[in-house]
Amino acid sequence: MNYLIGLLSIVFLGLAFAVISKSAGLSNKIKGGENDGTPLDSSNNTNAIGFIIFWLLGTVGGVWSFLDSQPDFLPVAASEHGIKTDNMFWMSMAIVTLALFVTNTLLFFFAFKYRNKRGNEATFYPVNHKLEIIWTIIPAIVMAVLVFTGWRTWREITSPAPSVSEVIEITGHQFGWYVRYAGNDDNALGNSNYKLIDDTNSIGIDLADKNSFDDFTATEIHLPKGKPVLLKIKAQDVLHSVYLPYQRVKMDAVPGMPTKFWFTPTMSTDEMRAKLNNPDFNFKLNCTEICGRGHFGMAITVFVDEPADYEKWKKEQKPFLTLNPTYLDKVPANLKAKAAKYIPAEPVAVDSTATEAVSVN
Amino acid sequence: MSTTHSTVEEIHSHGHDHDHDHDHHELGFIRKYIFSEDHKVIAKQYLITGILWAFFGGALSILFRLQLGFPDMNLEWLKPILGGWIDESGKLDKEFYLALVTMHGTIMVFFVLTAGLSGTFSNFLIPLQIGARDMASGFINMLSYWFFFLSSAIMFCSLFLETGPASGGWVVYPPLSALPQSMPGSGLGLTMWLIAMALFIVSSLMGGINYICTVINLRTRGMYFSRMPLTIWAFFFTAVLGLLSFPVLLSAALLLIFDRSFGTSFYLSEIYIQGQALPNMGGSPILYQHLFWFLGHPEVYIVLLPALGMTSEIIATNSRKPIFGYRAMIGSMMGITVLAFIVWAHHMFVTGMNPFLGSVFMFLTLIIAVPSAVKAFNYITTLWKGNIIFTPAMLFSIGLVSLFISGGVTGIILGNSALDINLHDTYFVVAHFHLVMGAASFFGLLAGVYHWFPKMFGREMNKTLGYIHFWLSFVGVYAVFFPMHYIGIAGFPRRYYSFTALGNNAEAAFTDLNAFISIAAIITFSSQAIFFFNFFISIFKGKKASQNPWNSNTLEWTTPVEVGHGNWPGEIPAVYRWPYDYSKPGSATDFIPQNVPYSATPESNLPEETEEIAIEKDIEGLLSAQNEVYNR
Ligand SMILES: [Cu+2]
Ligand SMILES: [Cu+2]
Repeated sequence: MNYLIGLLSIVFLGLAFAVISKSAGLSNKIKGGENDGTPLDSSNNTNAIGFIIFWLLGTVGGVWSFLDSQPDFLPVAASEHGIKTDNMFWMSMAIVTLALFVTNTLLFFFAFKYRNKRGNEATFYPVNHKLEIIWTIIPAIVMAVLVFTGWRTWREITSPAPSVSEVIEITGHQFGWYVRYAGNDDNALGNSNYKLIDDTNSIGIDLADKNSFDDFTATEIHLPKGKPVLLKIKAQDVLHSVYLPYQRVKMDAVPGMPTKFWFTPTMSTDEMRAKLNNPDFNFKLNCTEICGRGHFGMAITVFVDEPADYEKWKKEQKPFLTLNPTYLDKVPANLKAKAAKYIPAEPVAVDSTATEAVSVN
Repeated sequence: MSTTHSTVEEIHSHGHDHDHDHDHHELGFIRKYIFSEDHKVIAKQYLITGILWAFFGGALSILFRLQLGFPDMNLEWLKPILGGWIDESGKLDKEFYLALVTMHGTIMVFFVLTAGLSGTFSNFLIPLQIGARDMASGFINMLSYWFFFLSSAIMFCSLFLETGPASGGWVVYPPLSALPQSMPGSGLGLTMWLIAMALFIVSSLMGGINYICTVINLRTRGMYFSRMPLTIWAFFFTAVLGLLSFPVLLSAALLLIFDRSFGTSFYLSEIYIQGQALPNMGGSPILYQHLFWFLGHPEVYIVLLPALGMTSEIIATNSRKPIFGYRAMIGSMMGITVLAFIVWAHHMFVTGMNPFLGSVFMFLTLIIAVPSAVKAFNYITTLWKGNIIFTPAMLFSIGLVSLFISGGVTGIILGNSALDINLHDTYFVVAHFHLVMGAASFFGLLAGVYHWFPKMFGREMNKTLGYIHFWLSFVGVYAVFFPMHYIGIAGFPRRYYSFTALGNNAEAAFTDLNAFISIAAIITFSSQAIFFFNFFISIFKGKKASQNPWNSNTLEWTTPVEVGHGNWPGEIPAVYRWPYDYSKPGSATDFIPQNVPYSATPESNLPEETEEIAIEKDIEGLLSAQNEVYNR
């Protein structure tokens, strides 16, 4: 509602201005202006004042709208690198907002102050090398500082993932995300191949690879808090892009070219719920690369759990092979024995093998 | 183009007698106004086509702003125009929403701000400001417009396809654009998009070659490079940018055509779509992005530089002061031109490309901020201690500088790869480039129209309407795009039909703001109607212009009020000085046009200028050589 009131006042201001300048134009005609060959008319002062009014309203409007929107910005970053990039973002914002304010102020103020006055003459001032050197060097130094800090953070973010990382594969398709975990036994994702995709095996898990046997899929993402997570990102059909707004994570999903992004979640879902005082809060993963009709709805819910809860959840998950025992046919003869223990003929066996999980690192 | 009829007709009856237009009186209506080779007529053709496209592209944005600002609104009333694109529940079709976004971008970037801006003003001003009778090749120039027209016609027709026009975003990334089964718009609509773009590229190349040849070869005697108006420098660099980068886009489009129609796999690999595994192997969608942005980034400067060039001219004229730092302005444009070619991958920080490359491109991108900052400071210093006359053109130029700064500074943030991770493809980016590239160059276009309208049509536009138009547009543009940054900081992705899937009721937080932006957009768009009427009515009914209505120094104002074919009825004037001798100490007038020799102004000459009197004879001696060029 606030905005609409603001808007109406702007419109009325515009109208008022129109009337003023219109009547100014008329009075000019009566006085018989434009007699000295300059294209000057009596709206000149009105327009000059217009810039000052614009500056004033713009400053007030800018500050007010910022304060008004601030509560709706993304909450504190829920990942280690996100905290760093957020700090850098607000620091850069402070610098550029200052630059924006100072330069726009000078622009509007000079426009007003040096508006045409009869008998006045402009100063012939074509060049000043010292000034130009100064305002080449100052932005250059500021840029250098920004580049350097940005580059350091970027290098950290894009460094190889720690070997202890939790590996999760996420595959974009029209219009949704498939998630695959490395399983409870080997913490290694098995191969996959788009030619193996069928109605059940929607990711194309390659069961000729023994690492695939314990892999499980999920319809929601769980992440352990405080542990590095390596997302292995794929796409099946067209480009998609993994976006975890609350963790400040973004990476495109490209058909034929797996990409990756690793990060460390720092806040669990429960902590964020408490912080935002919103018991229904959930982290989300969205798509940020246009992918067709359902692009805007391509979301999946993300839970960040305390490490113990995460392990508990993981153990409750059943490997793909367990849920789809017919795929035992696809396992090569020499690995059949190894795969057999994932087949639910003896359901108890599945649970017992799962106990040795995490020890891999 | 019959709009130019009355003005041009009159001059034709005056006649003039340089040799090269001896056949000119025999030209019929069609050769004079439709398939014309006269740069001024071609410029007007570009301008009017550009204006029509601008209104069309703007109207498309209003349609999707309705969806974004008022997601619950019943759009049943649009059924007569949009038909099946409004679904049974009275909502905009989701694919059509993407089509609107795509066509808005394509039209604005290419058809309005590239063709409409460069096409109009490079064509109109290059010969007039450097002192040439026409473009180096009038015929290629004519072809350039008609290729553009053909391209426009095909793009326009694609909007009426049953499967819709191209809908994959204006960047048309494959595989979405390569696979017709991925969305309906990637069918015939995209084929037509590609054909239209290929023709468009041909058109811009023809135009660009002409601009470059004309600037290099047809400058009048005494018009050294160091005396060229900044407008011409800007058009020159723009043409160089286009000439070197558009062919790369053409290659990207060609490979895409091959992938779509001839079974190649340049951009396709390991794809499973609609229950089918495709045979394509080994291609890379990232390759397309590299090729696309190799044009895409220079394109930003292709639309911006002409606007900045014209602004330099208009700000100097109306401040009654020389442009501050003429050489620094040329130098920074040159720097921008060179750097523009080596920053493209800042659009691709999160595509999974090598992070080291990301570092390199971040570094190069932030360097480009330095020449841009120099330009902004120089504009501001030009106003300092001026004697400013606020013509509508001047208002739009000052507005441009403000928008250029306000939109430009956030580029420093987006060019930082670490910060781009979170902001990429959010509304922060949309806000950034609409201010710095969209609105700023559009203001440049408007400033140019207001300033050179008297030269184009021999009449003046109504100033009061111009003022109202400016203030509504200026306030409106800020009202639309400034708050959009907030939506981006809140992590809202662009090209979203609705924001419900963000979860946590996030969309509710900005319902008001989105409605505000939409209303502001509608008001801003509607206020352009003031311009539309002012423009078209003034062509016929405007006050007759004087020869040099703004007391400007450049050569175009030495032509008759109604410029005929060949531009100057007699000899082309010689040039003796730079174009910015405004308010020179000692001079009785506050401007000294470029064709006034130093020997005629002993009272205001600087010491080093007095020395130049000696070479005036040499400049005059070039006359016969110059006439030779036109008699060949
Ligand atoms: Cu998507
Ligand atoms: Cu760019």
